Amino acid sequence: MQTKNTKTFYLIPYFAWIILFVIAPIALIAYYSLFDLSGNFTFDNYKNFFTSIYLKLTLSSFWYAFLITLFSLLVAYPTAYLLTKTKHKQLWLLLIIIPSWINLLLKTYAFIGIFGLYGPINAFLNVFGFGETQILFTDFSFIFVSVYIFIPFMILPIFNALDKLNPSLIDASRDLGASSWTTFSKVIFPLTTNGVKAGIQAVFIPSLSLFMITRLIAGNKVITLGTAIEQQFLVTQNWGMGSTIAVFLIIFMVIVMIITGQRDKGANTNGKN
Amino acid sequence: MERTSKTAKLYLALIFIILYAPILYLIFYSFNSGGSMSNFESFTWEHYGAVFSDTRLIMILINTVIVALLSALLATIIGVFGSLGIVYMRNKSIRNSLLSLNNVLIVSPDVVIGASFLILFTMIGVKLGFASVLISHIAFSIPIVVLMVLPKLQEMNSSLIDAAADLGATKGEILRRVIIPFIKPGIFAGFFMALTYSLDDFAVTFFVTGNGFSTLSVEIYSMARAGITLTINALSGIIFIVTLFLVVGYYFISQRGKNPVGMGVRK
Repeated sequence: MQTKNTKTFYLIPYFAWIILFVIAPIALIAYYSLFDLSGNFTFDNYKNFFTSIYLKLTLSSFWYAFLITLFSLLVAYPTAYLLTKTKHKQLWLLLIIIPSWINLLLKTYAFIGIFGLYGPINAFLNVFGFGETQILFTDFSFIFVSVYIFIPFMILPIFNALDKLNPSLIDASRDLGASSWTTFSKVIFPLTTNGVKAGIQAVFIPSLSLFMITRLIAGNKVITLGTAIEQQFLVTQNWGMGSTIAVFLIIFMVIVMIITGQRDKGANTNGKN
Repeated sequence: MERTSKTAKLYLALIFIILYAPILYLIFYSFNSGGSMSNFESFTWEHYGAVFSDTRLIMILINTVIVALLSALLATIIGVFGSLGIVYMRNKSIRNSLLSLNNVLIVSPDVVIGASFLILFTMIGVKLGFASVLISHIAFSIPIVVLMVLPKLQEMNSSLIDAAADLGATKGEILRRVIIPFIKPGIFAGFFMALTYSLDDFAVTFFVTGNGFSTLSVEIYSMARAGITLTINALSGIIFIVTLFLVVGYYFISQRGKNPVGMGVRK
């Protein structure tokens, strides 16, 4: 019905975008990773990546991302579950999301004050006789702030999955004599794994590449893959090494996506039947 | 039953307190006449005055809003046409690969997007500054617009288009009078998401902005690295109010269009 001409006309800017800003950047990253500082073709960047410094960095980056994702999930699942039980749940959900629309930098900045030596947390600890402790620039503060930032992104997909769940399935499970815990572990959780996976995806990958929070909250003590890339690109100006780390970050991202990939077809219909 | 619902309420309340406390904390100290985020001395508007008398900061604020509006608008236009193209594509495998390419920038870490765009702009010789920031914001907003518009297009019954064509409408008329009105809620949602993406972005902008140009996020970052200034607190007070208005406005628009909030993460 539509002629070929109108079709291509629609697609010109969109195709141009795909080629210029989706394909070309990835190709450029891969290309740059093969050059050293003085512009010679080399595989040294890749050799460097497999030295202990970068392997350690990768491991610690994964460890932090794992912790951040785990704590986000532990906090977000019950929250999402309880939200679906409230009246006006869309409004409550909106209230959960509003903080995520406040500029990320501002929220991070707030914690510089809150965790600071003279901040409210220290004042609170003082009441119980703890002396002034440096909370800022520790692993704890880094993970806490990251979890704080990512919680809404974990709640949202889990909420949507729980919301789609057919309540009669839970009634059925109860009628058949299952305890609350069995109902949860055998019925509710398995049917919402897609939401959990989407949440993990939304938190784990960005956690690997955080660099602003590490600088402001962790005071350069925590180095993630993201921090390393930023350092190589903007400080040392070693684009080759930076690109190499980026290549690995992309590979890790793809692996995470495959692991948490949605096997839709069966699971999605469950809620509706 | 009664007891569980009480603990449930307590838990939810706790989460809400934790989520809002830092923001309210920031705003509270924006009224502090002492210079720090501890010891509240006395109430003052002076920091708000400082925001509005700082012409550099105001310029940055204006820049940020201009970049957000322009990039959201252009991304929406390109994204809507892109989704039209995807939906009416007959070849299924091309359509699926287009969809996966579309999602690459959504799942890519910001740092990788920023770094790769920096290489791209240096290669093709775009000067780092307003242009590079605007182009990057358009680029990373397009996929979210497509994701918002596509479901609406797929929902649309194709007999509507056939009917319009049978009644003698031209292609332009079909687009303007049938398709666009039908997918309007999706377009609005996409525009809004693009706007928030742009306003909230730090990492990509940080990479592609030159020396002369700065957006709010980048500016706050460099201010925060230098230490605590209550001007930032006053700024966050203003931003919080503006965000609240935007969100409430969006809530009513989306309720009217029956578009659930947070469609972005739903696949």
